[in-house]
Amino acid sequence: MFLSMNWISDFVDLNGLDKVELINKFSLSTAEVENEIFFKGSDLSGIVVAEIKSVENHPESKKLHLLKVDIGENELVDVVCGAPNVRVGLKTAFAKVGAKIGEIEISPRKLAGYTSNGMCCSESEIGISDDHSGIMEITDDVALGTDLKDIYEIDDIVFEVDNKSLTNRPDLWGHYGIAREFAALAGRELKPLDTVDLSKYDELKKVDLKIEDPLCYRYSSLQVENIKRSTSPVNMRIRLFYCGMRAINFLADLTNYLMLEMGQPMHAFDSRKVEKIRIKRFNEPFKFTTLDEVERNIDENTLMICNDNTPVAIAGIMGGLDSEIVDDTTTLTLESATFDAASIRKSTVRLSHRTDASMRYEKSLDPEMTVTAIARFVKLLSDYDSSIEVVSALTDEYAYKYDKVVLNFDKAFVDKYTGIEISDERIINTLSSLGFKAEQNGDSFTVEVPSWRATKDVTIKADIIEEITRIYGYDNFDVNTTRSPLYPVRTDQVKSDEEKIKDILVKKYNLHEVHSYVWAYYDELKELGIPVEDNIKLLNATNPNIETIRRSIIPTQLCQIKTNLGYAPTFGIFEIGRVVEGLKEDNLCNEKKKLAVTIYTKSKDIKALYLKLRDILATMTDDIKHKSLSFKTVEPEHSYEHPVNLNEIILENEVIGKIGIVHPVVAKKIDKKCYVVFAEIDVEKFSAVENASITYSEPSKFPPMTYDLSVELKDGTLFSDLTDCWKGLGEEILKGIKIVDTYDTETIHSITIRFEFSSNKRTLESSEVQSIMDKVIENLNKIGVNLR
Amino acid sequence: MDDKIKNLKESLESELSASMNLVDLDKIRVAYLGKKGSVTGLLKGMKDLTNEERKEFGKKVNELKKTVAENIEKKTKELKEKEIEAEIKAMPRVDITTPPNLQRGSYHPITLVQRQCETIFKSMGFTVEDYSEVVTDYECFESLNIPKHHPARDMQDTYYLENGQLLKSQTSAAQNAIIKKYGKGLVENGTPIKAIFPGRCFRNEATDATHENTFFQMEGVMVDKDISISNLIYFMKTMLSEVFRKDIKVRLRPGFFPFVEPGFELDINCLICGGEGCPSCNRSGWLELCPCGMIHPEVLKEGGVDPEEYTGFAFGLGLTRLVMMKYGVKDIRDLNSGSLKALSQFTDDE
Repeated sequence: MFLSMNWISDFVDLNGLDKVELINKFSLSTAEVENEIFFKGSDLSGIVVAEIKSVENHPESKKLHLLKVDIGENELVDVVCGAPNVRVGLKTAFAKVGAKIGEIEISPRKLAGYTSNGMCCSESEIGISDDHSGIMEITDDVALGTDLKDIYEIDDIVFEVDNKSLTNRPDLWGHYGIAREFAALAGRELKPLDTVDLSKYDELKKVDLKIEDPLCYRYSSLQVENIKRSTSPVNMRIRLFYCGMRAINFLADLTNYLMLEMGQPMHAFDSRKVEKIRIKRFNEPFKFTTLDEVERNIDENTLMICNDNTPVAIAGIMGGLDSEIVDDTTTLTLESATFDAASIRKSTVRLSHRTDASMRYEKSLDPEMTVTAIARFVKLLSDYDSSIEVVSALTDEYAYKYDKVVLNFDKAFVDKYTGIEISDERIINTLSSLGFKAEQNGDSFTVEVPSWRATKDVTIKADIIEEITRIYGYDNFDVNTTRSPLYPVRTDQVKSDEEKIKDILVKKYNLHEVHSYVWAYYDELKELGIPVEDNIKLLNATNPNIETIRRSIIPTQLCQIKTNLGYAPTFGIFEIGRVVEGLKEDNLCNEKKKLAVTIYTKSKDIKALYLKLRDILATMTDDIKHKSLSFKTVEPEHSYEHPVNLNEIILENEVIGKIGIVHPVVAKKIDKKCYVVFAEIDVEKFSAVENASITYSEPSKFPPMTYDLSVELKDGTLFSDLTDCWKGLGEEILKGIKIVDTYDTETIHSITIRFEFSSNKRTLESSEVQSIMDKVIENLNKIGVNLR
Repeated sequence: MDDKIKNLKESLESELSASMNLVDLDKIRVAYLGKKGSVTGLLKGMKDLTNEERKEFGKKVNELKKTVAENIEKKTKELKEKEIEAEIKAMPRVDITTPPNLQRGSYHPITLVQRQCETIFKSMGFTVEDYSEVVTDYECFESLNIPKHHPARDMQDTYYLENGQLLKSQTSAAQNAIIKKYGKGLVENGTPIKAIFPGRCFRNEATDATHENTFFQMEGVMVDKDISISNLIYFMKTMLSEVFRKDIKVRLRPGFFPFVEPGFELDINCLICGGEGCPSCNRSGWLELCPCGMIHPEVLKEGGVDPEEYTGFAFGLGLTRLVMMKYGVKDIRDLNSGSLKALSQFTDDE
């Protein structure tokens, strides 16, 4: 919303104050002002009132005319002008030689053989409207040669307030409310609005008017006749233009002017079309053409203004085409009303049509304003057109009144909230300047909220704090730390494990942390031939590519691996992120936090890569939990999982995740020749496992002994199948088991297992080790495993 | 006898000078000084000598033994030195000036900045909370004093899910749960509620270089008996100065958010121009960073805390925004791209 300092100055005397500084103060205390402040008229000088005394056609040009104009000096000035509306006796805006318009300085200039000593200007050229159809036509009775700036408010400071920052302030949607803020900030008086006393028309007939729906809070109306004027005064047009509105005609301009001044939208009907004003909703949807000539679908929830049963306007949004003021309108019926804000808001959403009026109504306007707006309207109307006649009594239906808001609080409350000392006097002055009735009784205050702030904005004590502090100025606050007691703080287990996991993966294994989106990547997955798994969907995704929430991070990471091809011959990425595993019994999403790791390589040794990923996860578990993982082969469920190399990851008898090699079909779609391995772990499950404590054991003073066994594993026998063979044997001295060698050919798979023995108490005898190992070998033979 | 000694000495000398390595040398040592060695052998002839002769001879042999041992020792040392010399010669100078092959992993920059913020707040006694990404309407709106059809819901384009839940549009969605979680401790033991909760937020909007539908915020709340606006400014200023490692100028402007009253927009002095005005700050010298305010009494009440007795502040810091400012990331989409060209640069904090 654009605001004019001239307009604001109608209501508060800001003489002698730095206007720009005030605007900045307003931005810090009331609502955000956009950075660019417009200094209207500042690049304009030397424009005077001139009268055309003679018009001759240019001998060689159809468009150009040779004029003599009177600029109030001794001699007439010769001017060449191309405007279509030149005529003898027309008063216009004239840029004298030496005048400045923006960057241009006017000097005598030859135009098609004739010298023009100046320029007749259109309103658009001097920046007071967008009318460039001809030169300005001045109808006001002003002396020739007068500087235009002396008669019209061309010089102005205009600033823009972000509408969003006014969402909660219905009182700031007009200049008068803004002026109240400036008055409070500048410590000056706010002048009352100049209005007409409408009681003098009380004897006249009333407008036939009835509110038939609770969504209309108040409806005030008055009828006026005999409006002669059709064009708005220049100053009014300038203000409208500076505030972003086009001048249309006097009546339309005046309703707009009033809206911009008071924030109260008004509408004027042709009285012939609205003899019985009824405000209601209809039971059936219907079509209705608004004055912008658009036919709109109206449903049964939309509040309408009607002439008895015929709709004539969409309440609070826009008037109808049929009831608009037209050329032969003699009597007009004014509407100044208040409607339920939520209803207007919903209607604009349904109609997808937002107007300057509806924007204001959505904010919960003050119903107390409707009658004042009419009194102000009549005042302005009669000021500019003395012929007008009021032909009805003020008719006012007031169906819903907001409760008076009175708030009580004491000084301690203010002190507690602010943390600084703001004096009683300052509190009272600030509130009074904003229109609050504030009284002090000892340490306590009683504040009555003015009607324009009481519709939703100020309802509780804390709201009063805002009023006091924003005018006090946050820049003036002393900044203090709290006096709260201190207590030890424990970090959440999942959070702390997460950070450790990240450190291990980054610092120990050179993996790269990435982020991704929480939905499945349709297009990218399609390229990899991975179907999107059915899962809960977004209702309002604007992009179908992101509709379904993912069940696993792995497919996402495979897409990310593909985007990073060429980064390095081998690289790994990881993410701790969220997935949704369908719905729980209570119909809420089963959200899980997962660690996903994916490693890509161009090297041929897939076995080593797969074991490396296993080692990464095992090390991570050993580091953080001091516990070990085990693995169990499972059948693949997804197209990207390898049919043979897929395992559940088990920690403390619970499955916490999966590790696997990517199916070659998918891997080939990622890159012609590559291998990819992946793992996904449920971080919350991982974290829920209690850490084993570190139990220190004295380093042994006696020499250890090792015993290597090479065994051949046949028919898919796994190492884990062998472990029972030494279970419970020599527990006191068997301290570790390692694989020190593997030997693979096409037919043979053999491993060398190293058994490590040591004792803290004695030197071991080779015979006792041998007897243990004999048992082991015997057990191995029993399950068909032979030494090599 | 003397001849024998003399001969032995001579032959030793020639053998020693001919020996080229330590293995040869050891053989020589055995040949002369071993149990069956030639020097030892000399003693065998002593049985034919008189006592006096024997005494003298023994002395000579011992001297010989000593000399032989010394010579071998000397030669050993020589050879060892030569061997080291040869090893050094065999080792060419390694060109250490080649570019190092870095073993480099990387953190997501959000992790780095989030950790910094967490460290700062932890040091001031705040707990760090975790919260889900899918939340209910109650968590994200109702409990925050934003009833259905409140215009404030328009301010955020929320992603709704089929089951009526939504992707949280603000970290404030955790406020109610956190006030409830710690409210008991506050009321019963006087332990202030001091918590931060970083998390991912979602807004249904078109993405471009400065807009993302998925981004990180960090919410903070503090509730106690006398928490004031003055305290709020202190915590915000302190945190931001720590994050940027310099004194940061902040300013508050009124801002409307239904869950705070009064509510503010917090601006910081533009870090790029230092407040002079530049394209990054739209020539204003200030950057809008963080909505904040005093927690609305209704929100406290909904969390089971009496607003007559307690007050609190809350803020919602844009972590993603902070990352972009701190590292000069120009395109917000880089952060969720998974592109290692962009992300592998963040090896560690600072």
